[in-house]
Amino acid sequence: MNFFLSLFNAMPGAVTQGMLWGIMAIGVYITYRILDVADLTVDGSLATGGAVCVMLMRAGWNPWISLLCAFLAGVLAGLCTGLLHTRCGIPAILAGILTQLALYSVNLRIMGGKANQPIGVDKYDLLVSQRYVRELTLNNPIPLVILVLAVLTGLLYWFFGTEYGSSLRATGANQNMARAQGINTKSGITFGLMLANGMVALAGGLLAQYQGAVDVNMGRGAIVIGLAAVIIGEVLLGKVFRNFALKLTAVVIGAVIYYMVIQLVLQLGLNTNDLKLLTALVVALFLAIPYWKTVVLPRKKEV
Amino acid sequence: MLELKNISKTFNAGTVNQKVALNGLNLTMAEGEFVTVIGGNGAGKSTMLNAIAGVFPVDTGKITIDGVDVTNLAEYKRAKYIGRVFQDPMMGTAATMQIEENLALAARRGKPRTLRPGITKADREFYREQLKILDLGLEDRMTTKVGLLSGGQRQALTLLMATLQQPKLLLLDEHTAALDPKTAAKVLDATQRIVDRSHLTTMMITHNMRDAITYGNRLIMMYEGHVVVDVRGEEKKNLTVEQLLNLFSKASGSDEADDKLLLS
Repeated sequence: MNFFLSLFNAMPGAVTQGMLWGIMAIGVYITYRILDVADLTVDGSLATGGAVCVMLMRAGWNPWISLLCAFLAGVLAGLCTGLLHTRCGIPAILAGILTQLALYSVNLRIMGGKANQPIGVDKYDLLVSQRYVRELTLNNPIPLVILVLAVLTGLLYWFFGTEYGSSLRATGANQNMARAQGINTKSGITFGLMLANGMVALAGGLLAQYQGAVDVNMGRGAIVIGLAAVIIGEVLLGKVFRNFALKLTAVVIGAVIYYMVIQLVLQLGLNTNDLKLLTALVVALFLAIPYWKTVVLPRKKEV
Repeated sequence: MLELKNISKTFNAGTVNQKVALNGLNLTMAEGEFVTVIGGNGAGKSTMLNAIAGVFPVDTGKITIDGVDVTNLAEYKRAKYIGRVFQDPMMGTAATMQIEENLALAARRGKPRTLRPGITKADREFYREQLKILDLGLEDRMTTKVGLLSGGQRQALTLLMATLQQPKLLLLDEHTAALDPKTAAKVLDATQRIVDRSHLTTMMITHNMRDAITYGNRLIMMYEGHVVVDVRGEEKKNLTVEQLLNLFSKASGSDEADDKLLLS
């Protein structure tokens, strides 16, 4: 009974964390699914967003403006990866790794040379905070996070339906076709990386506030969590959610489910240190299943 | 309309795989001409088309389309002037996007892509009318993902996409080679109709000599990276496959030539 009670108590936190990571996972969806580029920049840009947001707020800036600056910092990070990839001929994965590595130093600089910087809920006017996640007051972060998600989903739905947004989808679907139709695929990929990393950095800014601190290592393995969210969402809801806005929602739901499962296994006594191993295994499994299906199923038909 | 002046292209220069694909190629096409291109494997047919389209830069020479020097223009910028259909049906369309979305992308070729909606109601009606020309029933499946279409349907759609925004030059790179004979005939038929409708300046590579004679009003044969035979008008109309083979032997100065052609 105690077990279920504490699990139940932990759920609002897991859901909120999942939704915040869902914003980040939407960024991963943009690169991984729409542009067909595996972008590892996110491991660095998540912390960049957190660092920019926290440092500006500590300097007395308005939290929304700080969040906007976090978004723009992510956009710059994406620009770096985009230029390395499209203008220097570096494979996308390697370009992302290079930017991510560089960002580690950049993030430390932003954070004044410290590996972490606190942003206390008592001293600062935080948009979202872990402290109020189980309270039924206006301070509860859940409504605000849902609102942010709804606005972002709406904006992306509109954007990817425009002429320019469609050209980005075409670039991800078939670069040959895109170029033959006069689409500048290089600038398209760069723009997509900028947009995606902006989203990731925005998520970083919110996550740092939620946790009450920014840590230079907060983005480690972020890409894998993002992929986990994308894939869990697709596996569970891909058949039902066809509309683009619903697909983005599925990604967020995927992230929420991921954090609920993590909470469950932690309650069951899993060592926190083993968490990343578990995450990697789960993502590897989900990535392998579609491949195994193509290898095994045709053989069954022959029998 | 199109002018190729002394075009050369060597792939993998300086390595053991060095291959001279185009060698002093000269060709001028007048507006409204429909040229069929034949030649053996490695004669430089596809390389010529790709050079015109800007898939890679050429080593020497000058490419002019409708008076505009495009030699150093990026592929996506040249697309403004050029409609293309590839040999591989997978290459010309975006499989994960709907038929109408693919058409909408093609309708914006050579125009700025803004933040206006990708498809409007009026667009849809226009696309529906255009799809009827293909006579494949695609006008009733506009929201179907292109990935679900057959190879022939995809080639026909690519053809429509290449001409939706009237190109100055239509490049067809063996666009029926991957199709079964019946579907190939249908796509060729649609090609003829679309080319005739807007009097498109067209260049069509084919491996089928009969098609090369039947279609178009000019025929060129390529060998070792340049044009060796160039016939047009009445002379072309009255050509036979045997004559074509003889022309080739003479031009290339080799007897094994006809084997090469037939096998290609």
